[in-house]
Amino acid sequence: MSDINAKKIVLSPIADNNPIILQVLGICSALAVTSKLETALIMCVGLTLVTALSNLFYSTIRNYVPSSVRIIAQMTIVATLVILVDQTLKAVAYEQSKPLSVFVGLIITNCIVMGRLEAFAQSNPPWPAFLDGLGNGLGYSAILIVLAVIRELFGSGKLMGVEILPLATEGGWYVPNGLLLLPPSAFFLIGLIIWAVRTWKPEQVEKPDFRIQAGQAHGAEAH
Amino acid sequence: MAIKDTKANALIVAGVLCFVCSLLVTVAAIALRPVQQASKLDDKRKNILRVVNMYEPGMDIDEAFKQITPKVVELDTGEIVDGIDPATFDQYAAAKDPAQGGRSIPADADIAKVKYRPRYATVYFLYNEDGTPRTVILPISGYGLWSTLYGFLAVEADGNTVVGINFYQHAETPGLGGEVDNPNWKQLWPGKKLYDEQGQLALHLVKGGVDPNAPDAEHKVDALAGATLTSNGVSNLIRYWMSEDGFKPFLDKLAAQHAGAAAAPSA
Repeated sequence: MSDINAKKIVLSPIADNNPIILQVLGICSALAVTSKLETALIMCVGLTLVTALSNLFYSTIRNYVPSSVRIIAQMTIVATLVILVDQTLKAVAYEQSKPLSVFVGLIITNCIVMGRLEAFAQSNPPWPAFLDGLGNGLGYSAILIVLAVIRELFGSGKLMGVEILPLATEGGWYVPNGLLLLPPSAFFLIGLIIWAVRTWKPEQVEKPDFRIQAGQAHGAEAH
Repeated sequence: MAIKDTKANALIVAGVLCFVCSLLVTVAAIALRPVQQASKLDDKRKNILRVVNMYEPGMDIDEAFKQITPKVVELDTGEIVDGIDPATFDQYAAAKDPAQGGRSIPADADIAKVKYRPRYATVYFLYNEDGTPRTVILPISGYGLWSTLYGFLAVEADGNTVVGINFYQHAETPGLGGEVDNPNWKQLWPGKKLYDEQGQLALHLVKGGVDPNAPDAEHKVDALAGATLTSNGVSNLIRYWMSEDGFKPFLDKLAAQHAGAAAAPSA
């Protein structure tokens, strides 16, 4: 246990190995829940809890699970945790849970959760697995919060429902950008974030799968 | 170190794991149910109080709700039914249950696209000090762009003047159709009239703003900018629920009673 670099496991998924912008996983919910900061925050807490705890529990029992049923075992644990999160949300924050319920349910199929179980928890002891889940949850959260701040602030002039930019329709000066409230805007924003991060950290740029050969260009000339 | 991958092991591990997980889910569901139901009821009551402008954040909802009396109404006749307990009656569940008088609406009559119509509905009364009704709060629902909107419309005892509108459940686009929650938009509703002088339903949403000096301004509400389909949905659900299929028989009775009560002292 002593050789585990806990700090590295938790921090590396936030910028160096971010599940959304490097692995490009979990995009669906990142588009769906980020039109308001409040719903995005609840989703972040939910996903971080589920990823961290499912990694912890699965890693604890990993040596007792035959590999032919490991995916089923992972799904069962994830589904159980998601139901627990959903039920708790309904009990303590009913009003906020209403628009989120669908997406909380879809954490079950969120690629980040399954990805970490298969890639990390399957072959690591419980404590580092827990930290890895936590780190990936935080990496996902970081992107969601950035998206939600931009979308809510410029899309409806508010943050957490509190007016920041007075809207022109209500006597202020700011004309909101309606596009930011629609899911495709999150695609553009994620694209811009990926561009920015890869400019900052060029080692994240993938090598091209193939290149067009110089010789192929001549084919067009001969025609 | 790893367990042997045999059929028997797979079955045992999967079985034990599923059993433990289902136990956890069951315990959580049962333990949390009372809290969830209380939050759900609170949320509904909060929204009923909101539609008549009685809600303030942090208030004691149980205490405030004592002023409001729920009653079950038979839609066809507009009569109040005493045999059904409004506290446990769920009109949206009953609408789908033929045993409780629910039936499906033929497609050409289903203006609000709600598919099912209950025989009974729960309305909420707010009384004056002398015991005459002051405001009734009617449940309304209808399809917008993405989702069915559920809400309440509060109407004065004359059965015609709108007191307020509030939607408590919908999944319309935030910032566009979701602006049905915007207080500035909801403020446009109080004082509007549902029916014209001939008793025909007239209230609807219009594009491009309402000229307050126009003769029919009291029947028009400014539609939501950038949300034509949600606005149409709101117009349609008003049209359906305030028609003969909806609450019109009840509102007519209420209006007659109100006119009678108003005329009585002078007679």
